[in-house]
Amino acid sequence: MDLPLVFMFLMGASVLAYVVLDGYDLGVGMLMPAASAPEQSTMVASIGPFWDANETWLVLGIGILLAAFPIAHGVVLGALYLPVVAMLVGLMLRGVAFELRVKAQGWHRDLWNWLFWAGSFIAAFCQGVMLGRYITGFERGFGYWAFALMVGASLCGGYVLLGATWLILKTEGELQRKALGWARWGLLWVALGVGLVSLATPLVSETVRDKWFDFPRTLWLMIFPAATLAAGFMVWRWTSAARRSGKGQDAKPFCAAVAIFAIAFLGLAYSIFPFVVIDRLTLWDAAAHPTALRALFLGAVIVLPFIVGYTILSYRIFGGKAKADLYD
Amino acid sequence: MEDALVLARAQFGLNIGFHILFPSLTIALAWYLVGFRILYQRTRDPAWLATYKLWLKIFALTFAMGVVTGVTMSFQFGTNWPRYMTTVGAIAGPLLSFEVLTAFFLEATFLGIMLFGMNRVPDWLHITSALVVACGTIVSAFWILALNSWMQTPAGHVFADGQWIAADWMAVIFNPSFPYRLAHMLIASGLTASFVVAGLSAWRLLRAPFDTSAATTLRAGITIAAVLVPVQMFVGDQHGLNTLKHQPAKIAAMEALWHTERGAPLVLFAIPDEEKRRNDYSIELPYGASLILTHDARGELKGIDAFALDRPAVAPLFFSFRAMVGLGVLMLVVSWFGLWAMRRGRAAPRWLLWTFAAFTFSGWGATLAGWITTEMGRQPWLVTGVLRTKDAVGEISGAELGASLTGYILTYATLFIAYMIVLTHLAGQGAAPDDPSAAAAAIPLARAAE
Ligand code: HDD
Ligand code: HEM
Ligand code: HEM
Repeated sequence: MDLPLVFMFLMGASVLAYVVLDGYDLGVGMLMPAASAPEQSTMVASIGPFWDANETWLVLGIGILLAAFPIAHGVVLGALYLPVVAMLVGLMLRGVAFELRVKAQGWHRDLWNWLFWAGSFIAAFCQGVMLGRYITGFERGFGYWAFALMVGASLCGGYVLLGATWLILKTEGELQRKALGWARWGLLWVALGVGLVSLATPLVSETVRDKWFDFPRTLWLMIFPAATLAAGFMVWRWTSAARRSGKGQDAKPFCAAVAIFAIAFLGLAYSIFPFVVIDRLTLWDAAAHPTALRALFLGAVIVLPFIVGYTILSYRIFGGKAKADLYD
Repeated sequence: MEDALVLARAQFGLNIGFHILFPSLTIALAWYLVGFRILYQRTRDPAWLATYKLWLKIFALTFAMGVVTGVTMSFQFGTNWPRYMTTVGAIAGPLLSFEVLTAFFLEATFLGIMLFGMNRVPDWLHITSALVVACGTIVSAFWILALNSWMQTPAGHVFADGQWIAADWMAVIFNPSFPYRLAHMLIASGLTASFVVAGLSAWRLLRAPFDTSAATTLRAGITIAAVLVPVQMFVGDQHGLNTLKHQPAKIAAMEALWHTERGAPLVLFAIPDEEKRRNDYSIELPYGASLILTHDARGELKGIDAFALDRPAVAPLFFSFRAMVGLGVLMLVVSWFGLWAMRRGRAAPRWLLWTFAAFTFSGWGATLAGWITTEMGRQPWLVTGVLRTKDAVGEISGAELGASLTGYILTYATLFIAYMIVLTHLAGQGAAPDDPSAAAAAIPLARAAE
């Protein structure tokens, strides 16, 4: 079996799981200032039981990068050093803010509410910047940095979309109505971002350009943008319908938002494969020693089904609409 | 290069030193919670529920601090020690990943159920979740200490294809110092949590002397500490003997023994002088060190001079080791004295309450001192005999490291201050002033604390 390939797949799966799962809770965090205080408690309650496990997918993704592609781990994290540190600071602030925003007193409480928002925002933005730097192979120069900042901004839009559609699913009444509006803003933001990034990516990276502009393959590849457009269109339609009828479409917009992320992710994976560090290290160059890969594979095969199992259990226990007073 | 090395070490030490504060509390506090939850289930006494909920809040906050600082840690192996991953990554990588797979998801998911699920899941599932979280913290400690112990006393590895790989995973995991380190660390966590439980309960009793729940948790904390301290001393002694066998240079530095000798004295206090290679102002117990470490008054102990340059700095080890053992001795005195003062159900006198309040964070002090001894004692090696620290550092510029170090220090200071403020607030919350009627009020007030 081609273990490096298997781990590339596993790492991709955990990164996608991370982006979607922590994406919705970071998105909810970014939407906090737009809601009233009681609504904010419901919003936090809707993500409270999940955020820690969601963030663990990041640790797993990094863990696999470290264990299965150790050379790439050093190169990637070394090149992304400052955005990584900034992201970690963001994640720290928002992680403890879950606890502190209810336990602190007086102005401290306002401060932690604010830091909850700021932390979510910083983390989301830095992740986008990291992605932007990564796609361009960490090239230096103004254009490349501008591109990375643009990806950062689009990812924020994407997380807002995920967060808003998550709230449509998990809330009702006035808050749900607001979330319908937020989802549409998020969608516009993301559409703009995805459009710009798709245009700019081939310009900044030759490797990516060659992969996409190679007739007749290009025609097949048009499935990616077409599917993204379709999913985006569904979000728009379902949210309009819900606004008109006053009935939330519940899970549908969230699923469509996840689809947008999944397709964009696949497109990206196609652009980069088989590199771990674009133009420099393929996954086979970077792979760890077979003894390490075998041990890791054994562990993952045994444990991952359990993780999936109890994650489903937890989503079932906390299914249904979130209540503000969940913390009891 | 020197700069980058110093900064990388400072940053890593700061991060892990901050991180370990929180696991060292949560590992054992999780078991206290299991206990409180089961007691409530058995007795249906609302006081136990209130106790459970109060400590659950402290636990949740501490756990969150552990999680966010831990996520930071998981990035630092690659950023600060890239050469570490390319030389011993085939061993360290899987061990770190097993921790994520077997412990982190488990803890995170079941903590959600524990915190928010009390009214949503049946009692048995709620209790099971508390148990799973408690076991998860131990599993997590198991893997990370397996790796750390392997770095101290490597075993089961061979050099192949330009790097170190595992020839025998069992030997890697159960390396010579692992059982001692795991036992010593888990008990250290038990002591840390017990003194926090006792200390915060004492603090509560100072403000509300008739709070029966606080009186019960005070007694529980003191009793468990009184049992654990002697066990810790025994395990620590065995740990030291194991270190003498595998890392004799570390012991020489810990005991500030400059020269190999028979019948070496136990240096109780001194100011070690690195340049002149001798101790100033030393107070010694003749034959003490030989007696403790070789169980023979005339036994031979290797001194610093036997190790040329492959040896750690003496003063930090000498002092941190004494700080740990000194705190251990104080913990013994305090906890036994507390038991005696509270014998046959007597109420704790105020001076005793003040003593325990003062000892609230003694476990943190001893734990940090212990880790500093262990980690600085491994120098100049990152993995004993395999990889030197200076060869593991990466190419990150001093400026970047400096900027991030500043960022971390500011963030940690903010987090720590907020943590302490909330802890003090939770500890005092609902505790009424001196007033006999407070006895009756204590339970509803503690409940209102929710
Ligand atoms: C002896 C115990 C111990 C030690 C030495 C360490 N940790 Fe830790 N760590 C824990 C015991 C623990 C824990 C008890 O399992 C925590 C504390 C709170 C928590 O969520 O789990 C944790 C949390 C925690 C998390 C967050 C888990 C989550 O998302 O739920 C990460 C990523 C790490 N740690 C990583 C590390 C690394 C890379 C370490 C070493 C350099 C390290 N820890 C030392
Ligand atoms: C949890 C408690 C721990 C504490 C308080 C701690 C503390 C420290 C300190 C103070 C240093 C700096 C030593 C020096 O520069 O002289 C250090 C270094 C280091 N430790 Fe630990 N450590 C802990 C656990 C671990 C674990 C579990 C690992 C690995 C699995 C680890 C790996 C390292 C590495 C890679 C270094 C950097 C190299 C060095 O400077 O020695 N540490 N640690
Ligand atoms: C009083 C008797 C004690 C003795 C004789 C003792 C002995 C030791 C020794 C020899 C080490 C160094 C191990 C190495 O070579 O790396 C150590 C480390 C350590 N000690 Fe202690 N210790 C004592 C008390 C305590 C107490 C009370 C605590 C905390 C509450 C504690 C926490 C630690 C920790 C966290 C470490 C680092 C982890 C490890 O190496 O196990 N110790 N101890």
